[in-house]
Amino acid sequence: MQDIKVLGSGCAKCEKTASLIEKLAQEQGASVTVEKETRPEALITYGVMRTPAVVIDGQLVHSGGIPATTDIVSWFKQN
Amino acid sequence: MLSIFTVFADWFAFQLLSLTPDTKLGDSVHFFVEDVTKIYALLVIMIYTIALFRATLNVERVRNFLVGKHRVYGYVFGSAFGAITPFCSCSSIPVFLGFTSAGIPIGITLSFLLTSPLINEVALILLLSLLGWKFTVIYVAVGMLVGILGGAFLDAIRAERWLQSFAAKALQQGQQAPQANTTESGAGSTRLTLRARHQFAQSEALDIFGRVWKWVLLGVGLGALLHGYVPDGWIEQHLGDGQWWSVPSAVLLAIPLYSNVTGIIPVMESLLIHGLPIGTTLAFCMSTVAASFPEFILLKQVMQWRLLATVFAMLLVSFTLVGWLFNLIAVYL
Repeated sequence: MQDIKVLGSGCAKCEKTASLIEKLAQEQGASVTVEKETRPEALITYGVMRTPAVVIDGQLVHSGGIPATTDIVSWFKQN
Repeated sequence: MLSIFTVFADWFAFQLLSLTPDTKLGDSVHFFVEDVTKIYALLVIMIYTIALFRATLNVERVRNFLVGKHRVYGYVFGSAFGAITPFCSCSSIPVFLGFTSAGIPIGITLSFLLTSPLINEVALILLLSLLGWKFTVIYVAVGMLVGILGGAFLDAIRAERWLQSFAAKALQQGQQAPQANTTESGAGSTRLTLRARHQFAQSEALDIFGRVWKWVLLGVGLGALLHGYVPDGWIEQHLGDGQWWSVPSAVLLAIPLYSNVTGIIPVMESLLIHGLPIGTTLAFCMSTVAASFPEFILLKQVMQWRLLATVFAMLLVSFTLVGWLFNLIAVYL
């Protein structure tokens, strides 16, 4: 189970990023939890200056803009 | 070159719709069609071109540059970078925290954040094409000066006392170990292939255009209404002498109005054509863009009310002073 956090203060792009990840995870059969993290403190923790940003299991993998579909798929662990 | 848009608007309003020139409706429609087509075409071409050059500039790199700079340079560069990086209200919090946790003084961060909504490439394109180079230079100088002096003022009153506690802590930690935060998190390569630049520019053009096209419609629409329906000479007669009270009134009136800079420039054009003095126009429009409640409510996440109110009041006073100053010197411009 991968723990995926989408960082950003609830802007439209953050919503889209989160729902895109959820959709792709379902299609790929990846087992993930997606959670939106809107607290500003989280931005400092992960050193993020551009949102939406994506953190997987505590690792920052993406920052700034909606990630590309191919990128998202590559983040999923193959079961 | 820009006259093709006038020709197109002539054709559209007076031939296709067979409106009569020099009527309210004819004038408004002509103004609207000419400005909208001109602005849309310029925006797409110019955003793309500028983005080709700006592809390697990002906020991480700006932050790394500003860390440890002497304060005076810091305010100037902070404001200059605020002007050249595109502004999106959703990025102000991450940028604020990124700068702060790297130990950059609060005044320099605010020089960046205050100038950013006032000046960007879209604003420049519009100012140049609608109002000419002289007004553009004045606008940019005033916008940067408000950012630079505002930042210096906030440091002078030690505004960092009024940050939210987690932000204050991040600032303190950043100042103790200023390099720690900036070495990791790659700022990206300075070299990009032409192909990568093209892709960046293309997505920037689509992204920014997607964000601003409705502001253009709204702004030009309002400008067109003013143009056609405010009686000729009304503004000039009542506000044309730059009466002292008209400037603070314009600044206050602008607070509940909320517009992106893209929407306000066509309105400025229309107001100036109708004889509103330059100082009053600048004060009104800058206040509309920069002193807006939605933006300030966002900043509440990182600032206490006291700081928020101070910054807000500072902006109102600055715009009023700018207005008075330019109304005074308008005859020499």
